[in-house]
Amino acid sequence: MKGLQNIKSRILKFLIETGDIATFTSRFFSEVAKRPFEVKELLRQCYQMGNKSLLLVGITGFIIGLVLTLQTRPTLMEFGAESWMPSMVGISIVREIGPIITALVCAGRIGSGIGAELGSMRVTEQIDAMEVSGTNPFKYLVVTRVLAVTLMLPLLVLFGDAIALFGSYLVENLKGDVSFMLYFNKVFDALEFGDIIPATIKSFFFGLAIGIVGCYKGYNCKKGTEGVGKAANSAVVLTSLLLFVIDFIAVFVTDIFYDL
Amino acid sequence: MRKDLQISNQEIVLHIKDLKKSFGDNHVLKGFNMNLYQGENLVIMGKSGSGKSVMIKCLVGLLEADSGLIRVMNKDITGLDQRALDILRADIGFLFQGSALYDSMTVRENLEFPLRRHKDKFDDNIDTEALVSEALENVGLLNAIDLMPSELSGGMKRRIALARTLILRPKIILYDEPTSGLDPITAKEIILLMQDIQKKYKTSSLIITHDVDCARAISDRMILLIDGIDYATGTFEELASNEDPKIKAFFKH
Ligand SMILES: Nc1ncnc2c1ncn2[C@@H]1O[C@H](COP(=O)(O)OP(=O)(O)OP(=O)(O)O)[C@@H](O)[C@H]1O
Ligand SMILES: [Mg+2]
Repeated sequence: MKGLQNIKSRILKFLIETGDIATFTSRFFSEVAKRPFEVKELLRQCYQMGNKSLLLVGITGFIIGLVLTLQTRPTLMEFGAESWMPSMVGISIVREIGPIITALVCAGRIGSGIGAELGSMRVTEQIDAMEVSGTNPFKYLVVTRVLAVTLMLPLLVLFGDAIALFGSYLVENLKGDVSFMLYFNKVFDALEFGDIIPATIKSFFFGLAIGIVGCYKGYNCKKGTEGVGKAANSAVVLTSLLLFVIDFIAVFVTDIFYDL
Repeated sequence: MRKDLQISNQEIVLHIKDLKKSFGDNHVLKGFNMNLYQGENLVIMGKSGSGKSVMIKCLVGLLEADSGLIRVMNKDITGLDQRALDILRADIGFLFQGSALYDSMTVRENLEFPLRRHKDKFDDNIDTEALVSEALENVGLLNAIDLMPSELSGGMKRRIALARTLILRPKIILYDEPTSGLDPITAKEIILLMQDIQKKYKTSSLIITHDVDCARAISDRMILLIDGIDYATGTFEELASNEDPKIKAFFKH
């Protein structure tokens, strides 16, 4: 009986939170178009987020490109198909691996950062202080941050893709003596707009999810210092889960378009 | 110390009647009443968790009261739209319990922040720089202007926060435990500062505290917030000599 009660209350809690996040998201969309626009803060956030994650995204991208190529090479060689390597790696990175890995890295880096920052601002009453001094804290803090991640993530994905492809090229060059020109010619021959556009749209949604969840968790942080830690932590967990859900939906939708 | 008689002739700047506020089953305020007169220092004392912070947050519209009347300078705050509320809030300074300085900004940016939306309170050709320096001079910390909050001590933070509330020249200042977490000497300095400010700008002040020394030094009148209501009202001397055990508990050391 107790176990059943527990499950019931957990499901209820989950539903309530889903509703709260939906309300939070709709508030974001209703405030994003209203004056005054906090342009300076938006640019500052864009710069900071890009700056903070560039190195991390670069390193992960590079290693992914390297590893992917090293591990697929023997299999392709068995079939004498190593010349397909650039197109295969190119497509898998641009369509799937680049966006999702970059988004996961950013969920850890940016999402948790937003959760902790807004959480501590909530706990120490900085958000209240903003409100009484006439600045709408939702606009100043939430709208700018969500917009910044949404705009920056596609750029970071492109950057991550490029570095990953470069890593893959290095392996091909060392092991198979493929030239830079040849490698990237093959990659771009294989890629179509139909690969890049959906991936970019998907990245926007990844960014939106990271921003919304991070801000939601921080903005509604519970009092006390453990509240801040929890906000940061649960922002990452929930975002990661959400990223895979969005990815699944995106692939599903893209698939329908391909069939048309 | 002013007499009640004198005060009652003066204008009421803050008026709370029958304020109720609950969080779920936690009935924090159960009918709290209060008047703050022009120019007076009113101290509110109450135990930790008795709802003092909740009460002043209702006063500036940060929390929505369940029921009751709140009038700030003769305006009912529940009926105001956002713009009108912002304008009203520019006349109320709020010193938060933990100073609430913006961590990511320098002292200068912290002080400039309230001016972003309230430039219209001053002449067209105001000099932001001059306002910031004046506010910092008032609290004696002009040299800290380019420091970050993390580089300041607790006492300095409290002063900077005070400077930030002063920058819009508020008519009323709400102090949420201005001396909590400070050593007695620094607390004394903050109290002196509050008295200076009151003299200089003729503000009316609502001071929340559980520091008896602070209450003795600054109060014209006091209200004890016990069990969610304004349990007792009077001057410091009147309350300190009261025989009610609930009241006595505040004054014995
Ligand atoms: N946003 C909130 N949500 C739920 N409960 C709250 C909220 N804010 C305050 N409370 C509850 O209201 C009660 C009064 O809190 P409040 O912060 O006003 O106390 P206080 O008198 O200021 O105490 P202290 O001297 O410690 O600052 C507490 O029981 C607190 O848990
Ligand atoms: Mg309090």
